[in-house]
Amino acid sequence: MNPPRRSKQVISLVLVAPLLLFLVFFFAFPLVTMMRSAVSDPVAARALPTTARAVSSWDRVSPPTDEMKAAFVADLRQIGDDQLFGDLVRRLNSAKSGFRTLMSKTRTAASETDGNIDLIALDKRWADPSYWQAVSVAASSTFTDRNLLAAVDLQRDASSAITALPADASANKVIMLRTFVMALTVTVVCVLIGLPFAMIAASVDGWKRQLLLGAVLLPLWTSLLVRTAAWFILLQDRGLINSVLMQLGVTSGPVPLIFNRIGVIIAMTHILLPFMVLPIFSVLIGIPKNLMPAAASLGAHPVRAFLYVLLPLALRGVVSGSLLVFMSALGYYITPALIGGARDQMISSVIAYYATGAANWGMAGALGLVLLAATMILYAIYLRLSSEREVRP
Amino acid sequence: MSNPFIRLEDVSKSFGLLTVVEGLNLEIGKGEFISLLGPSGSGKTTILMMLAGFENPTSGAIWAGGKRIDSLPPHRRNMGVVFQNYALFPHMTVSENVAFPLKMRGRPGAEVTERVGKALDMVQLGSLAERRPSQLSGGQQQRVALARALIFEPEVVLMDEPLGALDKQLREQMQLDIRDLHRRLELTIVFVTHDQSEALTMSDRIAIFNRGQIEQIGKPSDIYDHPSTQFVAEFIGETNLVRGSVQSIEGGTARVQLPGGQEVFIETATDLRPNGSVCLSIRPERIKVGGREVAGNKITAAISDVVYHGDHLRLVARSDSQALVVKTDRSQPTLSIGEEVQLSFLPSDCWVVRP
Repeated sequence: MNPPRRSKQVISLVLVAPLLLFLVFFFAFPLVTMMRSAVSDPVAARALPTTARAVSSWDRVSPPTDEMKAAFVADLRQIGDDQLFGDLVRRLNSAKSGFRTLMSKTRTAASETDGNIDLIALDKRWADPSYWQAVSVAASSTFTDRNLLAAVDLQRDASSAITALPADASANKVIMLRTFVMALTVTVVCVLIGLPFAMIAASVDGWKRQLLLGAVLLPLWTSLLVRTAAWFILLQDRGLINSVLMQLGVTSGPVPLIFNRIGVIIAMTHILLPFMVLPIFSVLIGIPKNLMPAAASLGAHPVRAFLYVLLPLALRGVVSGSLLVFMSALGYYITPALIGGARDQMISSVIAYYATGAANWGMAGALGLVLLAATMILYAIYLRLSSEREVRP
Repeated sequence: MSNPFIRLEDVSKSFGLLTVVEGLNLEIGKGEFISLLGPSGSGKTTILMMLAGFENPTSGAIWAGGKRIDSLPPHRRNMGVVFQNYALFPHMTVSENVAFPLKMRGRPGAEVTERVGKALDMVQLGSLAERRPSQLSGGQQQRVALARALIFEPEVVLMDEPLGALDKQLREQMQLDIRDLHRRLELTIVFVTHDQSEALTMSDRIAIFNRGQIEQIGKPSDIYDHPSTQFVAEFIGETNLVRGSVQSIEGGTARVQLPGGQEVFIETATDLRPNGSVCLSIRPERIKVGGREVAGNKITAAISDVVYHGDHLRLVARSDSQALVVKTDRSQPTLSIGEEVQLSFLPSDCWVVRP
């Protein structure tokens, strides 16, 4: 390699370095951290090191051995840090409820004496192997799949087999499905509104086109929160829309538009419409103007000319617009939170609940990971489909 | 014309305040190859668009095959259109493009396959049937467009400067190909062009357009030899426009005095008045240099330029204030600039044009 070429490479590396560093620190690093937190489970292994060794030979069915009990009590006495103890209790309690009282009772007893404690005499629950199973599972590995399984409403039972969670325990699958259905609905509505709109915008020119494109772009220049707040005002029972409808005599009472699915779909469609219109528009203006007249002269009725000529050519724009809208809609949080009811919350709000409300970063990371995986699979399908019928104009 | 196939009756077209076509009457016979020739903005393309149905006349009527068609939508007119930039469908293969008109007419699959094969063979593109238009050269795309416009056996084929995007050699080849197809398939073709040589080589008749009206219509040779106006004389081929005043008229011959004082005799095809001024068109190839043996008009002039063109020489000669372009073959002895020569031409080669 000669020196000038190397110096060129150094220069280009220096030029991309800011972006690279930015991506590493603010995208890759948090992403990896979240993914790790979804599967890492170090608390019990750290707090109960001797117990972890003691339970490794246990068959997880027979009653707990004396060695395990002694190791557990010894480990409990070692925990000086209240924070660690709290984390451990939370971890164990999430696997089996009842640990909260059991653990504080046991810790108090362990700290009062240095001698051996009869755990079963202290609390009958210690004779139950299922509590020891929870301890054993938590302590034996620093990685876990319980968050990921819980994210899709699954769990491991006593024998480590994967089973469905009881119906009342979790609703992640329902919410995930709801998220996809709502994103799909918004995408379809955006296509139905965006395609004709883009066609009109592409067919006129001069100030009319500027006006139409401006109408699409204007919302893009306004903050998402502001637009959502505006819809919050518009959609209310005594908001602009309902008062106009009532004044016109279309309805006698207010149409319920807010805190339900319809309101969320309306607001999300409005916010995401530019992402549908712009790709379709840019594809449409690239289509030669004389193709439709040509189709007509060859005997195609306008409807058939549209179906056979314009639509296939515009499809690339429709597909990439749909992808943009669908992907963005999957992660919507503010709009459903403000305008939707309890039954319109999307997966993001569940993630937000785990991240900020329950401080369960593991679950938040796992749900995020599942959403990411589902999105990537859909994207792969899209790439596959779009490369198969690629059109080179 | 006794039985015209297409008839435009007093057709006008305005876009807002701008009148593009004004009170146009035109008749086109079955099997005729007619060229609409004119500078850009002369209304020739607008007429084609009205025939195809992409534009509606502001007033007037268009008839085709005995039916009034000016309110018929384009897809029901059964006219093949070949567009300037071919307008092939980029997402379809060559054979899908050519099959499109038959598919729109609901022809059965076997018939479509057979006719597409024939049409592609007709334009020598059978081997490229599965290519996409973007993989073809300009000339090949043009032939696909031609096959597509002809496959449904339209009553009329409209062509809008179809050869404009091709290079010279390919254009001349395509001109011959189209003329050949016209003869073989007995097509009625309306051909819009701004290239006068294209119109001369291909057409049965040429209509010269200027400012939305037909300036002159006729056979190529008529138009070339007997241009009716100064515009036509200058637009078709090259010409010398000479002004003069009529001195006297005797029988079929008039004596015209040129501004410099020299006098020429012309044949009076149109009515001339003595002492009136007149504009003559003299084609450069009709003027001979030297030519003492030739009877007719003789003018003395000085050579001011000699341009070598390979097969011919182009001389610019000045006689008084009048510059005359002369096209000579190369049998002439070499002339040098400044040399005084005698130019001669027949009275019948001086054609009177309206200004």
